[in-house]
Amino acid sequence: MPGACGAGPATNRKVKGMATTDVVPQESSGHLGQKRVVNDMSIQVATVNGSGSQSSNTVLLRSIFQMGVPVSGKNLFPSNIAGLPTWYTIRANKDGYIARKKEIDFLVAMNAETAQDDVKALAPGASVLYDEPLALDKLRNDLIFYSVPYDKLVAPVCPEAKLRKLVKNMIYVGVVAQLLEIDMGEVEKALRKQFAKKLKAANLNLAAAKAGYDYAAANLTKRDPFVVSRMDKTSGKIIIDGNSAAAMGCMFAGCTVVTWYPITPSSSLVETMIEYMKEYRIGPDGKATFAIVQAEDELAAVGMVIGAAWAGARSMTATAGPGISLMAEFAGLAYYVEVPAVIWDIQRVGPSTGLPTRTSQGDILSTAFLSHGDTKHIMLLPYSVGECFTMAQDAFDLAEHFQTPVFVMSDLDLGMNNWMSDPFPYPDKPIKRGKVLTKEDLQKLGSFARYKDVDGDGIGYRTLPGTDHPAASYFARGSGHNEKGQYSERPDDFERNMERINKKFETARSFVPRPEIIANGKSKIGIIAFGTSHWAIIESRDQLRKEHAVETDYLRLRSYPFTREVHDFIETHDRIYVVEQNRDGQMATLLKLDIRPELTPRLRSICHIHGLPIDARSVTDELMMMEGK
Amino acid sequence: MATTPTTPAPKTNRIGLQVVDYRGGKTTLCAGCGHNAISERIIDAMYEMGVSPERVAKFSGIGCSSKSPAYFMNRSHSFNSVHGRMPAVATGAMLANKNLIALGVTGDGDTVSIGAGQFVHLMRRNLPIIYIIEDNGCYGLTKGQFSATADLGSTLKSGIANDLPPVDTCAMAIQLGATFVGRSFSGDKRQLHTMLKAAIAHKGTVMLDVVSPCVTFNDHEGSTKSYKYMQAHEEPLHEVSFVPAFEEINVDYDPGTTFEVTMHDGSRLRLRKLEEAYDPTDKVEAVSRLMESHAKGEVLTGVFYINAKAPSFIDMLNVTDQPLATLPESAVRPSREALEACMEELR
Repeated sequence: MPGACGAGPATNRKVKGMATTDVVPQESSGHLGQKRVVNDMSIQVATVNGSGSQSSNTVLLRSIFQMGVPVSGKNLFPSNIAGLPTWYTIRANKDGYIARKKEIDFLVAMNAETAQDDVKALAPGASVLYDEPLALDKLRNDLIFYSVPYDKLVAPVCPEAKLRKLVKNMIYVGVVAQLLEIDMGEVEKALRKQFAKKLKAANLNLAAAKAGYDYAAANLTKRDPFVVSRMDKTSGKIIIDGNSAAAMGCMFAGCTVVTWYPITPSSSLVETMIEYMKEYRIGPDGKATFAIVQAEDELAAVGMVIGAAWAGARSMTATAGPGISLMAEFAGLAYYVEVPAVIWDIQRVGPSTGLPTRTSQGDILSTAFLSHGDTKHIMLLPYSVGECFTMAQDAFDLAEHFQTPVFVMSDLDLGMNNWMSDPFPYPDKPIKRGKVLTKEDLQKLGSFARYKDVDGDGIGYRTLPGTDHPAASYFARGSGHNEKGQYSERPDDFERNMERINKKFETARSFVPRPEIIANGKSKIGIIAFGTSHWAIIESRDQLRKEHAVETDYLRLRSYPFTREVHDFIETHDRIYVVEQNRDGQMATLLKLDIRPELTPRLRSICHIHGLPIDARSVTDELMMMEGK
Repeated sequence: MATTPTTPAPKTNRIGLQVVDYRGGKTTLCAGCGHNAISERIIDAMYEMGVSPERVAKFSGIGCSSKSPAYFMNRSHSFNSVHGRMPAVATGAMLANKNLIALGVTGDGDTVSIGAGQFVHLMRRNLPIIYIIEDNGCYGLTKGQFSATADLGSTLKSGIANDLPPVDTCAMAIQLGATFVGRSFSGDKRQLHTMLKAAIAHKGTVMLDVVSPCVTFNDHEGSTKSYKYMQAHEEPLHEVSFVPAFEEINVDYDPGTTFEVTMHDGSRLRLRKLEEAYDPTDKVEAVSRLMESHAKGEVLTGVFYINAKAPSFIDMLNVTDQPLATLPESAVRPSREALEACMEELR
């Protein structure tokens, strides 16, 4: 286990953790005199990409969810369609810790190619469920092994040989259910939901799951401590991935134009949106209240967004790092011409092609200042599927209010993985389109100057092409211009305009979503994090308290530019750990640019760049090391 | 003997506007630049067709040509975007408001080099737009480097010869899916004027390559985009005339010598043959004729291809009649029940 940092074996730590929390009653287990570990485990399923394991894993995840136990599922997949190894990690935790867990408690080894390495990487005491011919039990003697003859079991339930590869994966669901005491009724319910439109497939898979369950009941003796037991922590909740949540949010935010170019991990955002829009945004006359266009590249995608927004539509695109890089020139145009645009960046690992199917928070700095010249952009930082939904409207409202691009910085972990959530709230704010002058306004005013700061907030009034008034038009240009949008190379015009645009950014500080702060007013240590790092932080703070008696305050950033609360938080803490999923501490760098210079030594970076979602243990260990303890 | 001088009522078009209502700012291009002549033809065509300037949206990229929308039709919105990417901006705007009349002005550098990708996809989509390439075979704004439409062997002022073959934007546009493709010359006032009027009546992508000499960097001996060269080598394919839908006058024509196309709005485009019979609805013939003329060293002008019936990109999207840009909240935000239904599916 890389980076275990001297902490005890996984199982010991777990029991220690259990002793301090008292949520679920612990029972003694007969077998090895071992305590039962209830609703606190990580399961890793190692399979081959394209083998249908996604369905099996979703069924397993949903079964646990339906039993009321907080759960998360993370797909660690290769940049490949079929054939390469893939892993799926399920974490069930009674306390609601759903960040990736560093240690694997229960390995389902289905992939011959990686099985040996997977087993060697486990901490002592972990359990392994493997395909009998792999004979993994010879590798180590400090693990618990269960073997299952999948090929023998699959043949009777699946007469069609070519389907066996797919159905085989449902057998392990049954075996795991039996070993972990997952209710088969819930497995069946989850399975029927998964195959809702395919009755034959549902029956076939159910038979496979039952075969696995029966085999385990008759042949396997439980020796591991892990069990799933009914709770009531998921009732009423939904399971959704961040990209779907974002798609839904954009639909309810009144988005009308979506232009995009496929790129992992953002493609599913628009693909899901197409499905939602077809269902809910076709008028009674059969006509669409939206246009979704697949562009020829990211330059065209964002160019269309800008053209559409200039003409008055709520328009957006979704992309990832390489797309963001390509959009740089257009981002500067939108910033300087002052056109709203909503750009979702589902961050993946860069630089360059990087790790296209792994998660990262590595586009923070490049996006904040995307384009040449003096540019800076509003960024929103969703941490949950719920915020993917609500921030969709925030993004459009801010973009149109400030007439500027807004970047929503999601990531692969949030975007493509399944998360539990409370149901999304119906938008409570009306759709606000910003300062747009109509024909009637112009009849009263007589004329207008597009880039004049009439209200003192830096934001000018705009008109839309097609406005039927002789004074409605203006010339939108990326070249130097005066208040009326006329070409100008005058130093004073240029400077005044740039200062006004900066004023908008300063005004935005009091409009963007405020951070979430958890503080006791006494702790000298602060943690600043954002996005999906949040899930590791809440768990790490508890570890710090319980294991090291270290109290921390926590600020979760939700937007850039930084609001007053961020400055206050830094002012009132001696040491601030900025936790992020990139190499160079990009958010820490942004913060340092914003705070008083004498405060910058207070900021310390905890960075993770391996492409797997950040885990609490790593944060805790690193923070303690930096604390010198 | 008191006389009151009477000024004659100013001439107006069918929507009551004067030609001055179609004018723009003072040009900053070089005196004699072909682009200025094209701006004048646009003004005249829009005026004569009685297009409401408020409905027109002008788009351009970067370069001398792309500056020109500032010099005509001040009452129209305009977007001078980034180099080679005007098609995307125009496409987005048309998605937002399908009632706009899009007019794109670009150059040979802006379209054929940096913008080749976007040009290709604009043509494929058959977006309703009049796309004019002001083609001078060089980069004027950066002082005269060759562009990708410069002919093989044509020379720069310094005497350096171009050793790469030119791109024929018209042949490309026809192959790619544009539905109105032609070439003209900024100095051919009558032909360009007529083709622009027909372009306004077309619903779909109009791709007009207009040879427009750069008087400063590419009008010398050895250039194939000079006034002199064009005067010697322009080879009109046919005589173009246009009868707008709103004009009652019906001049008879001889179907044996003239090809008539009825446009989307009922206007008629008439192409009177000068030499051989030519069918502008045949893509293969069009491309073949263009290649022949290249081989002969002619600059063929006229309407090479037209399909007045093809659905435009906007038609295919089947969007609401009211522009997407201004749909009310009630049309673009699904109901509370819709959200509840979405949530229920995820439980």
